[in-house]
Amino acid sequence: MEITLIYYLIPSLIMFCAGVYGFVTRKNMIAMLISLELMLNAVDINFVLFNRYLYPEQQEGMFFTLFAIAIAAAETALAIAIIINVFRAVKNINAADLTEMKH
Amino acid sequence: MFLFLGLFGNKLSHRMAGILGTCGMGVTLALAYTVAFTYFFSGNPEFVSATGDRLQSVIFNIDWLHFYDKLTIGIGFLLDPISALLLVVITTISFMVHLYSNGYMRDHHGVWETGFQRFYAFLSLFSFSMLGLVVATNIFQMYIFWELVGASSYLLIGFYYTKPSAVSASKKAFIVTRFADLGFLIGILILSFYTGTFDFGELNSAAMGAVADHSYTAPIFSSMQGTIFMGGSVMTWALVLIFMGGMGKSAMMPLHIWLPDAMEGPTPVSALIHAATMVVAGVYLVARLFPLYLLEVTSLEIVTWVGAITALYAAMVACTQVDIKRVLAFSTISQIAFMMVSLGVARPEIHEGLGYMASMFHLFTHAMFKALLFLCAGALIHAIGSNDYTAMHGLRKYMPVTHITFLIGCLAIAGIIPFAGFFSKDEILAATLGNSTLVYVWMSGVAGLTAFYMFRLYYLIFWWKEHKIPQGHHAPHDQPWTMTVPLVILAAISCVAGMVPFGEFVTWNGEPYHIHLDWTVAGISLAVAVAAILLARVMYRKENPLPQKMKSAFPRLWTWCFHRFYWDELYYFITHKIIFNGICRPIAWFDRHIIDGTMDMLANITQKSSYAIRGLQSGNLQMYVWIYLIGVLLLGAVTAIVVIAL
Repeated sequence: MEITLIYYLIPSLIMFCAGVYGFVTRKNMIAMLISLELMLNAVDINFVLFNRYLYPEQQEGMFFTLFAIAIAAAETALAIAIIINVFRAVKNINAADLTEMKH
Repeated sequence: MFLFLGLFGNKLSHRMAGILGTCGMGVTLALAYTVAFTYFFSGNPEFVSATGDRLQSVIFNIDWLHFYDKLTIGIGFLLDPISALLLVVITTISFMVHLYSNGYMRDHHGVWETGFQRFYAFLSLFSFSMLGLVVATNIFQMYIFWELVGASSYLLIGFYYTKPSAVSASKKAFIVTRFADLGFLIGILILSFYTGTFDFGELNSAAMGAVADHSYTAPIFSSMQGTIFMGGSVMTWALVLIFMGGMGKSAMMPLHIWLPDAMEGPTPVSALIHAATMVVAGVYLVARLFPLYLLEVTSLEIVTWVGAITALYAAMVACTQVDIKRVLAFSTISQIAFMMVSLGVARPEIHEGLGYMASMFHLFTHAMFKALLFLCAGALIHAIGSNDYTAMHGLRKYMPVTHITFLIGCLAIAGIIPFAGFFSKDEILAATLGNSTLVYVWMSGVAGLTAFYMFRLYYLIFWWKEHKIPQGHHAPHDQPWTMTVPLVILAAISCVAGMVPFGEFVTWNGEPYHIHLDWTVAGISLAVAVAAILLARVMYRKENPLPQKMKSAFPRLWTWCFHRFYWDELYYFITHKIIFNGICRPIAWFDRHIIDGTMDMLANITQKSSYAIRGLQSGNLQMYVWIYLIGVLLLGAVTAIVVIAL
């Protein structure tokens, strides 16, 4: 049995949907951040796959993925820093409860 | 010529206090005397023509605001008989008042009143503006200074700004005169629109020429005189409107209501502004444009009758007032009305324009004796602490200097022979007789009333009954030298001012005119005055029931006079009931409900709708994602349905 594109795409789709579901349902900001990473990684997989299967002679998809991983790392670091500071300030990282700055 | 600049430079820094202010005024006084002396006696060909006519002389005149060739407003220094006269009058009175205020603006222990420096600053500002007014070379400059004197009068009336009555009096004075100045401004605009000039020299020389050749018209006036508007030529209207400005400043009926209330100011201010100088600005204005008025006799008739009615009215009211300053205020109104009448009856063909000369003469003498009377009143008020003569009876023993000077002032205003008022009033009466017998009889009656109310005041203050010294007070006494010296000087001037051969100096066309006393007129007026004084003596010398009987004999007349013929109430009625309710209320309603309402409605709609939708922008990211997802799914579903259906 040859492993075709679709065998990779289905787990990627599941991963993405899990990310979306997690982002919407979770209250904890760190859980939301992990869901976000899940969605990003699903997209990264797609990039690599389409590059590998559709245009094997080119390298753009690979490079996009590498960029995305680097930027995601930076973004995660930033988000973690914000979350830690929020926690220090209000002893809570529940997104729905952080309403102090409203109005 | 350089000296005249000092007149202004001195006044410009008006942050001078006390002695400094007085010295500044003294320097100005000296300068003004020099100027007037040079003008009248030097015989310089610039001032006096070869035939002995006194000329108008423009010392300097610069283009101040140059809009375009046809509209240029200058500012300058005009010297002619009347401005030289006014320079002398203003600086003399102003100096006396500056000196006097050094004493007046302190209490009995010599403590200065609060705001003393402010007082001097305002006084200097006033003197500056008044001098600027009289030397103006064009109507516009005059208007500017005219407003400036109004403003400084407002400041000085409201000097005791913690007293509500003073505040409302100052507002009243300002608003009433502003209202009159509206007429003045419109008059100026009409006049300058048709003639194309603001300059007194051009206007007056054109009008003089027209009078001289009996054509009564000149090229620059012909378009004005030819145009008829509402039953009078435009020129008449312009002159009447300008006269309206003069009515406001000079407190002629029906714009007189501010002057009695203006007595809320400090007494030296009343003497300076509301007796001697500012209030005669209206007379000065008419005198300044007199040749123009000659071209339109109707406007002079109006001046005459406004003056005559005001004179009688003010004299009647003065007979009943209890506040000595109010009596003097109404007497001022009445005397200014005399000057107006005198201008109104002056015609070149009657005694060579005697009325004009008489008016200026009376202006001069009146300024002296009325300032004297006011300063005496100030001394009395300072000693007694009340404006009401009922607190003052029998003061002759306690304040001899004030008594004598006040008596001289009363004799002068009543027109008793060697004193100043006799000569000027006699000239006025002679001038009215030349014009119309009715006006003559009328004004003689008013002159009699003048003598009566002044001596009523005199006897009530200094005689009537023994003075009762209130418990705990020391006896009233004459004031310190700063206050008595001006009184004595002014009294001396009031004694001799009438002897000045005034006709030699001030006439309407500059030609000298020799005064000759008309002894019939003089005798009659003297007899009337003496009779009035005797009547006052009988009624008020000793305490007796006669005044009370008089009062109950004519209750209605007395009440009307006492309430000043209800003019204030009439104004109150017009402004509050008619203007406020009838005009301002609907306008305010329209403003509040229609104009503001429209704007409020727009704002309300925006506000309401934003409140309604603001729940959507909760800042809750997860909610956004939910909505986004639902949207995507819906779109996807719609697309799918469309694709399948196709």
